[in-house]
Amino acid sequence: MIDGFSIAEIGHFTLVLALCVAAVQAIVPMVGAARNDAAMMAVAPATAVAQFAVLVISFAALVHAFVTSDFSVLNVVQNSHSLKPMLYKVSGAWGNHEGSLLLWVTVLALFGALVAFFGRNLPPGLKARTLSVQALISVGFLLFMLFTSNPFTRAFPPPLEGGDLNPLLQDPGLAFHPPMLYLGYVGLSISFSFAVAALIEGKVDAAWARYVRPWTLLAWICLTAGIMLGSWWAYYELGWGGFWFWDPVENASFMPWLSATALLHSAIVVEKRDTLKSWTILLAIIGFSFSLIGTFLVRSGVLTSVHAFATDPERGVFILMLLVVAIGGSLALYAWRAPTMQGGGLFRPISREGALVLNNLLLTVASAVVLIGTLYPLFLEVTGGDKVSVGPPFFNMTFVPLMIPLFIAMGVGPYLSWKRADLYAAMSRLKVALAVTVVAAGISLVLLYGDSGYAVIGLALSAWLIAAAFSELLQRAGLGRTPVRNIPGRLFGLPRSTWGMTLAHMGVGVLVAGATGASLLTTEVITVMKPKETIQVGPHQLEFLGAEEVRGPNYVALRGNFAVRDEAGGKPVALMSPENRRYVARGQETTEAAILSGLFRDVYIALGDPDGEGGITVRAYRKPLAPWLWWGTVIMVIGGLVSLSDRRLRVGAPKANRSAPAGPRAGPRAEPAPAE
Amino acid sequence: MNRLFFLLPLLLFAAMAGYFFVRLGDDASVVPSALIDKPVPQIDAPPLIEGKSGIKTADFTGEVKVLNVWASWCVPCRAEHPLVSRLAQTEGVPVYGLNWKDKKQAAVAWLNELGDPYAQIGFDESGRNGIELGVYGVPETYIIDKDGRIRYKRVGPLSPTILKDEVLPLIRELKQ
Repeated sequence: MIDGFSIAEIGHFTLVLALCVAAVQAIVPMVGAARNDAAMMAVAPATAVAQFAVLVISFAALVHAFVTSDFSVLNVVQNSHSLKPMLYKVSGAWGNHEGSLLLWVTVLALFGALVAFFGRNLPPGLKARTLSVQALISVGFLLFMLFTSNPFTRAFPPPLEGGDLNPLLQDPGLAFHPPMLYLGYVGLSISFSFAVAALIEGKVDAAWARYVRPWTLLAWICLTAGIMLGSWWAYYELGWGGFWFWDPVENASFMPWLSATALLHSAIVVEKRDTLKSWTILLAIIGFSFSLIGTFLVRSGVLTSVHAFATDPERGVFILMLLVVAIGGSLALYAWRAPTMQGGGLFRPISREGALVLNNLLLTVASAVVLIGTLYPLFLEVTGGDKVSVGPPFFNMTFVPLMIPLFIAMGVGPYLSWKRADLYAAMSRLKVALAVTVVAAGISLVLLYGDSGYAVIGLALSAWLIAAAFSELLQRAGLGRTPVRNIPGRLFGLPRSTWGMTLAHMGVGVLVAGATGASLLTTEVITVMKPKETIQVGPHQLEFLGAEEVRGPNYVALRGNFAVRDEAGGKPVALMSPENRRYVARGQETTEAAILSGLFRDVYIALGDPDGEGGITVRAYRKPLAPWLWWGTVIMVIGGLVSLSDRRLRVGAPKANRSAPAGPRAGPRAEPAPAE
Repeated sequence: MNRLFFLLPLLLFAAMAGYFFVRLGDDASVVPSALIDKPVPQIDAPPLIEGKSGIKTADFTGEVKVLNVWASWCVPCRAEHPLVSRLAQTEGVPVYGLNWKDKKQAAVAWLNELGDPYAQIGFDESGRNGIELGVYGVPETYIIDKDGRIRYKRVGPLSPTILKDEVLPLIRELKQ
């Protein structure tokens, strides 16, 4: 225990130290950049790395307290239990308010350190200012932690046993969901810091866009993966078979994703066409603002939801002040400096940049819709109205129609050349993709006749996205212009950013099919079953073999066993065992659905409560294409990673490398257009 | 004009921040009830369990009582059950139950599994009595004074803090 005591103190001490380092990092380089003092600017990278190192020690101290079940630390008492499996002891460190904030600042500092490390070729002024802004955010969050949410607060006298982590959170999906999401949320801080630094400098050019893009891409990858993990968790843990609930906290992670996606695309326009600058800066600010608001929504109890793990108005006031300074301050700076940054030429609607602007427009409107849908119910209440619930119908009515033109444009966009494109030529190159789409629509119309018209649209869009992306890749590799045997070699010769884009767009197509199947084509049976009874779910027959009590390390569970047959009376193909767990320490219950995943469908069983007469409520679903949800996201993430591996080579490239990097490239190279 | 355009994001944010500020500290589960300080409305629910009384308006006079609305299908009810038991057994407050929109067997099985802290339980299968009381959703907890007036209403599960800081002090005060 002795060393346990001192280690928690080290954690607390390093937290204070990190605050001091961050304060230096915030002030000295900013002053240095204003005075053009190289020595002062050089403080930035050193302090950024130091701040990260100090916070890693602090975070390690917290993890140590959880792993050793040091019940003299209040946070451990409230959120851990000595019987808990090791994985959840570790993840318990960030499965609570204070710990997750410590993780948040640690990640923030990690990104600062990464910029310090990889940004060797950044102009010194931009680098110093970026790191300084980054440190300002750190200072805000560290103050917040030390004043209102210190993870190292002591409990005296130390109790013998802890209160356990919320059992809903004791799950492998959720052990990694928050860190991943935080990497994404916080990763957007870099784009934000770059944007604020550029506003202070008053200069945004193609080089700036090239510096920002890889960081945005990295954040986007993490956000995508984080949202997927959360959605997957909801899918099998909440027991209702849904993958997306338009829950305020889900929306809070979705809004930064939408704006990060828009930012990724608009930064390309800045890089290639030297225009759309102030818009891109605004998107960078908005992206991180959404991340901050997301934190606020979760932490302050402004919106209550299953996710909210801290509801405390005092913290809320602090976070609100933080928001006002960070977002209000940066937007005020924007209003002041951005008007001078107009640049570049006009552009035509039918062009690559025209398509990207449409993309931005639709994505921004979509995030505004999500924001309104999330806040509207509460807004009504403040203005004296009733409590209303907006819920999924609102989002299905507004968000989904916005996605349809976006997906159509997404297929066409990559075929358009910069500046001035020929729509007819693009359409003729899209012939095959169009044909594939029509055939897919026809097949789904026949298969789903009378089922769901919307599903036909969804599947057709999915086919369109995949076919358009794939055929564009083949045409870039020279299909139709060179003998087919050359194609594989040329495919490998394509730049990785091209591959990345194609994969990401195809991933969206796969995801759309999954979402269509999982939401519109689901077969559902909810009934009370007794042992030996069978039910029919689509083509599958499920036989209830019986239920048994099983014991886990810190829970007891009621487990139901089901035999699955592909046709009535056939041989069983699988045994499925959903569970209802009851966690000992808190007496809380969770549902563990059993999912049988195939190439084209999921069979999903969740247990309800026993009816007291030997029967048990069973919810069984057949969800066609549901696994594609996860595969689609994985493909998108791989696309992002592939593109990032290309970009990384270019981050360090010297300025003004407008001549193309090695490798064949379709379409004319971008040159800054003269003002027309 | 152009400048104003660039101010727009800031103005929108200012509106939002102002709105957050107003919202802050409101607990979404504190719902203004029209019935606070009013007598218990006309309710009459038949017994859930044979041999134990149901509940009706006249039951709520003479003593400080707690009315807890619950259902077997409601997970938060399960979570607050130990606290309701504590209220009844350790603190000695008579707790009346209203079983809301539930199946009789499921409700009885639930009580057999978790224990029955209630002095009397009304069975409100249709939710008719719930409408009289203005039930938003289960669980809900009401404190009713000696004169049969509703003095407190909680929507959502009780927590140890709420029990300690709100419910018990009020009951003690009302008992005097």
